[in-house]
Amino acid sequence: MLGRTANNVYWMARYVERAENMARLLASTYHMSLLPANRSGKENDDWEAPLQLVVDRSDFLERYGVVTAGTVLPFMALDGDNQMSILSAIRMARENARATRTELTTEVWEGINQTYIEIEGMSYAKMVDQGFREFFDWVRDRSHLFRGAIYGTMRRGDAFAFARLGTFIERADNTARFLAIKWEMLTPTGRPLLAEDYFRWGALLRAFSALKAYREVYSTIIEPRRVAELLLLRRDMPRSLYACSAETVDILQSLRGQAPCTRTAVQIAERLQRSRIDGILRSGLPRFLNNHVARSNELHSMIGREFMLVL
Amino acid sequence: MDLANAFDEMRGLNDGVRNAYKGYFDWLAGTPMEKLIEKHQHADLIFRRLGITFAVYGSDAGLERLIPFDVIPRILDAEEWKMVAGGVCQRIRAINAFLDDIYHEQHILKAGRIPPPLVLNNPAFRPEVLGLDLPRQIYVHVAGVDVVRVSADEFYVLEDNVRVPSGVSYMLENREAMMRLFPELFSGISVAPINHYSDLLLRTLRTAAPGGTVDPTVVVLTPGHFNSAYFEHAFLATQMGVDLVEGQDLFVEDDAVFMRTTEGPRRVDVIYRRIDDDYIDPLAFDAGSALGIPGLLSVVRNGNVGLCNAIGTGIADDKAIYTFVPDMIDFYLAEKPILKNVPTYRLSEPDDCRYVLDNLEELVVKEVAGSGGYGMLVGPRSTADERFQFRNKILAQPNNFIAQPTLNLSTCPTLVDGDVQPRHVDLRPYVLTGETTTVVPGGLTRVALRQGSLVVNSSQGGGTKDTWVLES
Repeated sequence: MLGRTANNVYWMARYVERAENMARLLASTYHMSLLPANRSGKENDDWEAPLQLVVDRSDFLERYGVVTAGTVLPFMALDGDNQMSILSAIRMARENARATRTELTTEVWEGINQTYIEIEGMSYAKMVDQGFREFFDWVRDRSHLFRGAIYGTMRRGDAFAFARLGTFIERADNTARFLAIKWEMLTPTGRPLLAEDYFRWGALLRAFSALKAYREVYSTIIEPRRVAELLLLRRDMPRSLYACSAETVDILQSLRGQAPCTRTAVQIAERLQRSRIDGILRSGLPRFLNNHVARSNELHSMIGREFMLVL
Repeated sequence: MDLANAFDEMRGLNDGVRNAYKGYFDWLAGTPMEKLIEKHQHADLIFRRLGITFAVYGSDAGLERLIPFDVIPRILDAEEWKMVAGGVCQRIRAINAFLDDIYHEQHILKAGRIPPPLVLNNPAFRPEVLGLDLPRQIYVHVAGVDVVRVSADEFYVLEDNVRVPSGVSYMLENREAMMRLFPELFSGISVAPINHYSDLLLRTLRTAAPGGTVDPTVVVLTPGHFNSAYFEHAFLATQMGVDLVEGQDLFVEDDAVFMRTTEGPRRVDVIYRRIDDDYIDPLAFDAGSALGIPGLLSVVRNGNVGLCNAIGTGIADDKAIYTFVPDMIDFYLAEKPILKNVPTYRLSEPDDCRYVLDNLEELVVKEVAGSGGYGMLVGPRSTADERFQFRNKILAQPNNFIAQPTLNLSTCPTLVDGDVQPRHVDLRPYVLTGETTTVVPGGLTRVALRQGSLVVNSSQGGGTKDTWVLES
């Protein structure tokens, strides 16, 4: 497969995954903001979270002024000038798909093109009208359809491998970033958890489709320590860092077992496999997560150099 | 021109029903207008969903647009098609012989059949490929010949398009759409299939591989996904199951062409290039081109990679050389031309120039190097002001122009504003030359959607139709 094409397929999948995770983050933020307004001011704190992912926060403040649901939602969902918005991610995904459509099955291409056509016709007024949840569910569904079409129709060749690689690299990155942002906001210092806290942790688990799994695995009330363990270290949780890293290793080994990037991927996975949650929490979860993001970026650059001839 | 006096593909010159449309006419008469309109809208959705779009240069808003598709087919019966097919293949055989001749012995110039300066001083003539021997002496592997009709048995060729003709993907997708929208029509009327085009194309391209290559690697070379015809490049690569590459994906080493893959360099044997000569090798031609492959020409010259079409074919579809195609048919094939050439005035000739300037209202004036319907004057449809401006352009550089009588192109019933109305059409069959010269039964029918307009180019508001050739 052409190196440039591999790069396009990989980025196509990354952008779709990014759109989905952004929708998940916004949905859970929205969910948290629905708490009774018994503690005024807290709502705006919630809406600060998504903004932490934006490179240029001053652009937002200039154009939107204040931080509320009514400004952060249109900015993060539908603002084409915001590179981190869902709209931008879908545009980029579609652009990459278009640049490499010879490698995609009709189902994958048409699915992504249809998503693009529909979101281009979307406006904030329509989003308010149909309900935010509907919109976020739609983004998530389109992403499920994308992955399903890849899994169900594409030959198990290079294009399939690079699409899957993009998905897991992006997912691990997003899981780590979101958890880092939310962790400090959600962790009360020096007081027991209140009803409101349980609601927030529940909303967080739901953002990772992990609430049901939490109940099954731990059959106990929500504890932050266990939430972290579930989302970082469990191999059987499809959005956890360890699960994503293990998938990445499998894919790279099938592509080229002896490549330097494959060795790096193995090291990242082994570190997660060895780690215990109490140790991680002792030295600080945000530190651990930031470190993971940095290592993943390094892996991403190596993949680019070794397979896609990106300099 | 005059819609009322034009020959109609369905009705002829009076209100009869022509042979080709017998089956379709009954179906159309029995189909409520609402249903036709609904199918028309459905077609739009299908094309948008498939992403069958093209980019319009110079329009800032819509980067991608749909070419309007009309649901009423253009139909030719077997007899009519035999003539068109025979005629276009004959021209391409003659043109291939001409190209091989002028890049070698130049018999036709020596025999005085074409004035040598017209060829040798032409910017489309490529001395770089003089003396180069191509497999089977084929230069033009793919041609899209523009044919128009003016009466029941008179067809004219407007252009031979032997550089980088486009539009074949629309021919194929239009058929797909019609079969999806009107399956019942295809069970009642026997329309000759066209979807083997991609297989024929691949087989054709493989014949251009360097001698002795076993199982040659073919690629489609595109300028990239911002090019107006990108959809077609991707479509053809997918249909043939070959890689779609950009210039940056290819490089020259050890007198061969390679592509950069995830597993390292891979040798390329045939390049179906959708880039003009000027941009294909910055070392040999336009040095500023970022689209091409440095050093490609020397690999071509050493016979280590096949290019389709070959470098230098542009000399044969220059609008001035066009006038000599009937002479080529006589000179190389000793045959009579099956299709007519449009009488053409060369404005470089003082007599012709005078005549043209005196009769601008009657004539179509084209720039020699123009294409896509840009830079042309349709006399009968022009204003006095437009004619005045064109007159000045002609006087400034007469060599740049040719003129032809305005042909009253045939019309075809077309769905316009909720009604079926006649609109002018042309036809572009795609001629492939590998082991033999062949053409799939049909082509791209383009339709001028504006009432009375004769300009069918998609860049000028034209649409397309499916083209049916009846099997018997």
